[in-house]
Amino acid sequence: MTTSSPEVVGTNLEGPLSEHTLEPAGATPIVSLADIHKDYQTGSITVEALRGISLRVDDGEFVAIIGPSGSGKSTLMHILGCLDHPTSGKYLLAGVDVGEMDERALAEVRNRRIGFVFQQFNLLGTLSAARNVELPLIYAGFDRRTRRALAAASLDRVGLSHRMEHRPSELSGGQQQRVAVARALVTEPTLILADEPTGNLDSSSAEEVLNLLAELHQAGRTVILITHDIETASTAQRVVRIRDGLIQSDEAASR
Amino acid sequence: MNLLETVRSAIEAIVSHRLRSALTVLGMLIGIAAVIMTVGLGEGATSSVNSAISSLGTNLLIVTPGSSKSSGGVQGGFGSATTLTYADSLALGTHIVAPAIKAETPTTMSFAEVKAGTKNWSTQIIGTTPTYLAVRDRSVTIGSFFTAADVKKQTDVAVLGATTAEELGLGFDPIGQTIDIGNLSLTVVGVLNSAGSSGATNEDDMVLLPITVAQSQITGSDSVQNIYLEATSQGTLGTAYTEASDELLSMHQIKTPSDADFTITSQSTIEATATSVDKTLTVLLAGIAAISLLVGGIGIMNIMLVSVTERIREIGLRKALGATPAAIRGQFLVEASVLGLTGGLMGAGIGLIGAVVLPHFISNSIAIEWWAVAGSIGVAVAIGLGFGVYPATRAARLAPMEALRSE
Repeated sequence: MTTSSPEVVGTNLEGPLSEHTLEPAGATPIVSLADIHKDYQTGSITVEALRGISLRVDDGEFVAIIGPSGSGKSTLMHILGCLDHPTSGKYLLAGVDVGEMDERALAEVRNRRIGFVFQQFNLLGTLSAARNVELPLIYAGFDRRTRRALAAASLDRVGLSHRMEHRPSELSGGQQQRVAVARALVTEPTLILADEPTGNLDSSSAEEVLNLLAELHQAGRTVILITHDIETASTAQRVVRIRDGLIQSDEAASR
Repeated sequence: MNLLETVRSAIEAIVSHRLRSALTVLGMLIGIAAVIMTVGLGEGATSSVNSAISSLGTNLLIVTPGSSKSSGGVQGGFGSATTLTYADSLALGTHIVAPAIKAETPTTMSFAEVKAGTKNWSTQIIGTTPTYLAVRDRSVTIGSFFTAADVKKQTDVAVLGATTAEELGLGFDPIGQTIDIGNLSLTVVGVLNSAGSSGATNEDDMVLLPITVAQSQITGSDSVQNIYLEATSQGTLGTAYTEASDELLSMHQIKTPSDADFTITSQSTIEATATSVDKTLTVLLAGIAAISLLVGGIGIMNIMLVSVTERIREIGLRKALGATPAAIRGQFLVEASVLGLTGGLMGAGIGLIGAVVLPHFISNSIAIEWWAVAGSIGVAVAIGLGFGVYPATRAARLAPMEALRSE
């Protein structure tokens, strides 16, 4: 097990963040990373997973982060999702510094601000599709009837309103991932983080899920897609290449 | 996340691991059922001993021969000395000497075979006086007791215990029948009421005869086994004790009370001794039951730790979806206490069934102690909670990313 230091060294960059990004400065960015470092200590060896990542993602963007395995893209995704703390650097999510937050506040940020879609779907096998979609709403403190209604609307959005009471084991891989997307959507998050969402799917299911993410983007949502596959990445509007813990290129996707 | 949701998801988690949950609950169940039954058994024994002791008669003092403390020389076993006599008893019955003593009755005791027609039966032969009835709180159901005149004139008469009459085939019409003890022939004049057994001695199985007859024909000695004294009231027991002690000391010409050749015990001292023995037994049994509860609690902790390890991805996911550490801790704590509560309720049910059914198979009675039932259910929940704290805290502390990454 690798352990990470939860300590955050705030570099407190007061300068314009646009300096680190290619996009022009506008309204408050959804994601603003400034010189993010992440070291892992494995025994006596220190592994530098991220070596100074600065990135800005604006509201309504669809960004793919692409890189080979070991490039640090998963570590970046964990930091973006507030699942892990950077060793140093500053991360503003919708203008709020998450480095200063305690576990409780981070839980709330993950709950309200971020919708996760994982490669492994991560649905709870004992719960129906609707109950799985309800989970983030439970932690947000919604009452039962509201949860039911919101979950139904979200499942309808991904075209699974006829599968509400099915357990994950009764659904195909593509359907399971759509349930996961519905779960990510249900809290109306600021940011949707999809980590290799098509990694466990056949090509037609993968296309379905990617189309769904593209639709969400068209509807005005901010989506960050993490993948190792160029074709998958080409669904996005903008592609950020990452290698050896550094951003290699950041350009509009070639269609 | 509110409590209702937490309880709901805890029950979902428990139900989805049926076998494991059932085995965990079983450990708890056995512990709780054992506590309820052992406490019930102890209380049942205490109350039956107490009722047997109080059936001896209230306000009772018992004088036995022999000193309660060793004072040099050859000392007989407790109660085996022959220092008490009928005359002692008569003296204690004198109101001028001992106004706090309402009545006295001396008894001699021996065992012998009694014959009636073709039947014979071994039983205790007790020589006493008519005051026996009042002092020992007994009565005669058929016929009458022998009289003071019978004692004085050494009339060969007998009063039978109910069981003795039955065994000798005299249950139907005993009055006027003859029974033989060795060469002595006695005419039955009455049968005692039934008093039930008290511990070792069966109060219904005996032959009573005038003490004078017993001394001259059976024991061949003028000593008596016991003198029973009845105080005028519960409040005068202490006075009666002192009066009896002083009178016997002067009659036996003993200067210092520590040299007394007799011992006086009261019903309450017997009761206290018996109760303390029972309490010790109850504590011992409850201690064993508590160990099984502890084992049950460790079982819960074990299962919860396994559950945390097994559901590490679920915990990571829940955290990613916005569960606070408190919510995760709450979930596992509630799960552990639901296991404890289920075990407690089922254990209480089995314990209560056992308390009702078991007395039909064993001679002991089991008292249902509601404080023990309620207490042990409470303890079961507390054990679930207590042993759930460590696994729950571990779950709450998991880093979401580490948890999600694990396979």
